[in-house]
Amino acid sequence: MRQVAIYGKGGIGKSTTTQNLTGALATHLGKNIMLIGCDPKADSTRMLLHGLAQKTVLDTLREDGDEIELDSILKEGFAGIRCVESGGPEPGVGCAGRGIITSINMLEQMGAYTEDLDYVFYDVLGDVVCGGFAMPIREGKAQEIYVVASGELMALYAANNICKGVQKYAQSGGVRLGGVICNSRKVDGERELIEAFAKQLGSQMIYFVPRDNIVQHAEINKQVVTEFAPESDQAAAYRGLAEAVDNNDMFVIPKPLEQDQLEDLMMEHGFLGI
Amino acid sequence: MLDATPRDSVMERKGLVSNPCKTCQPVGAIYAALGVHGVMPHSHGSQGCVAFHRMFLTRHFKEPAMASTSAFTEGASVFGGGANLKTAVKNIFDIYNPEVIAVHTTCLSETIGDDLHSFISALELPKGKRVIYCNTPSYVGSHVTGFSSMAAGFVNHLAEKSNETTGKLFVIPGFVNPGDMREMKLYLDAFDIDYTMMPDTTDVMDAPMTGNFELFPKGGTPLAEVKRLGDAAHTIALGEWASEPCANALKRKHDVNFDVLGLPIGLAGTDAYVMALSKFSAKPVPREIDNLRGRLVDSMLDVHQYLSAKRVAIAGDPDTVLGLLQFVLECGMIPAYVGTGTPGGNFEAKVDTILEKYGVAQDDCWRKSETDYFELHQRIIQNPVDLLLGPSLWKQIAKAEDIPLVRCGFPILDRYIHPLIPIVGYSGALHLLQMIADTLMDRQDALCEDQDLEFVM
Repeated sequence: MRQVAIYGKGGIGKSTTTQNLTGALATHLGKNIMLIGCDPKADSTRMLLHGLAQKTVLDTLREDGDEIELDSILKEGFAGIRCVESGGPEPGVGCAGRGIITSINMLEQMGAYTEDLDYVFYDVLGDVVCGGFAMPIREGKAQEIYVVASGELMALYAANNICKGVQKYAQSGGVRLGGVICNSRKVDGERELIEAFAKQLGSQMIYFVPRDNIVQHAEINKQVVTEFAPESDQAAAYRGLAEAVDNNDMFVIPKPLEQDQLEDLMMEHGFLGI
Repeated sequence: MLDATPRDSVMERKGLVSNPCKTCQPVGAIYAALGVHGVMPHSHGSQGCVAFHRMFLTRHFKEPAMASTSAFTEGASVFGGGANLKTAVKNIFDIYNPEVIAVHTTCLSETIGDDLHSFISALELPKGKRVIYCNTPSYVGSHVTGFSSMAAGFVNHLAEKSNETTGKLFVIPGFVNPGDMREMKLYLDAFDIDYTMMPDTTDVMDAPMTGNFELFPKGGTPLAEVKRLGDAAHTIALGEWASEPCANALKRKHDVNFDVLGLPIGLAGTDAYVMALSKFSAKPVPREIDNLRGRLVDSMLDVHQYLSAKRVAIAGDPDTVLGLLQFVLECGMIPAYVGTGTPGGNFEAKVDTILEKYGVAQDDCWRKSETDYFELHQRIIQNPVDLLLGPSLWKQIAKAEDIPLVRCGFPILDRYIHPLIPIVGYSGALHLLQMIADTLMDRQDALCEDQDLEFVM
């Protein structure tokens, strides 16, 4: 079982990329997959479940003393992908980080991690802001990290920060960076910039996902591209990403950049996002 | 005993505290809240926190310490404790019916960022009932900080001002025992001063045995008096660490001026308190107080030969430690080590000022704020002392190094009656003096050769 965590700046397209990637891995390569959304907004599995609002793991905490059945929180979506949302508090209260820790522990107790799974994916909100958001890469859970980025300074800045978290846990556990997924924003020199950035991290740009409006069309229809338009170029791109991830054998402890190195890189390859 | 403490040198340490000279903030917050009548202290956190804090207070005072809890579960930690507090407040008013619930936070509720102000604003309370709060994360400050924060919390939330002054003196006694508070009141009464003392744990944490259990014992500052604190004529805050924040809060809120004094421990410490009362009341010092002082001075002279130049190590809460420091200097003893675990307040500089006043060189006294008993032990091994002064936390060092210990301050977990007997005021100083002299003289008797045993001393 390969456990994979996807990180990246808020709004960069982590959930979109993760769902399309898992969709392609399941249909194209026939993999058994569980996808765990680690975002209090609980919208990481919407396209795979066709918008079905499911009960989150943490919702079950609100119900006093009830024995929780795995079936009530684990729903099978497109191509047999098992979808779970960790859930969390409403904005501005409580502790979402603690929520992720609690929910992953509960999933383990309930036996969600079955032997027949080829992949478990964690789709984690934004930056690794605290220990809770690092839960998926702690204690030998996810061994592979992919960071989603595009050719803008803030996206790279966030990606670099995430790598600092990965570096920290790589030393105590086995977690490694599998690569940077470029989710294109059609920015000048984007491919070269991300490639250079990934190289400086000691890693690779594992795939360049082109920008295509069909992704948004599929999203509005609550479907992944593989389901919405299986013959499209974009579906082929996600199949390419799935193959790249499945065949990946480059797992490194990242070497995060200093701020001025990052800005030099921007000056060289792109522009400062203005 | 303590065999692992290295004996050859004092190791440099950066990141570790071992046997701290302090405990959690809520211990002080609960103690302060118990000092207002009809108040239920409430811990906004998990059950284990308040269980520990209540037990800690009970082990010192040998009295029950009431407090309720928001009883955080895993769910409350994730979703916030608002719902728990709402249910708790309803249950507490339904079942125990206090006048006020005094909420303090815990490390957990502070770390997840619970906003008590908005939680409490949204509560629907029974008519006339109040919920107040203060923030007490234990990774900041100490039990003394918690005490001062809760005392200030009462002022911030309850003290009002009308057009009519009460003419009263507001006395904040500091983190002291009920026995000490009784002693402070004797002086106020001797000057015939109309006063409000808050917090006041007399008849709460030293309540007499009546055969009946009272959930809210008859002691504690009456709420009506707390509410009128804004009309007080003046404030005397005893103890900078424990009392100044509360005096400051009343100054800011209702412009009541204040003086900060040290705890009235020893001769000069009590003199300052007496003179402040004389000034406020515009009366000369009553004869009976003069006589108390005279008897203390007489006794200090009597035992001086047994105390003079004895080396002593003092630990505990900063206000208490500074008072004890001054008293041992008055007795002609050498304070070799002076330490506290409560941070802040420029402790070292204040120790130095006192040392200078008594002509003791700074090199003769090792002093440190935020130290611990492990470090004190290491230092004492290098250059031993004749006496340990402070909480029962000295106990193991006393046994390991065979040094006599005189217990005073907070906490004393292994002896009885201490909370009832004052160490403040002239009588308190006399009591301290007796304990110190008895201990040193018992020691002399125990260790001397048979032919040197003095029958008359």
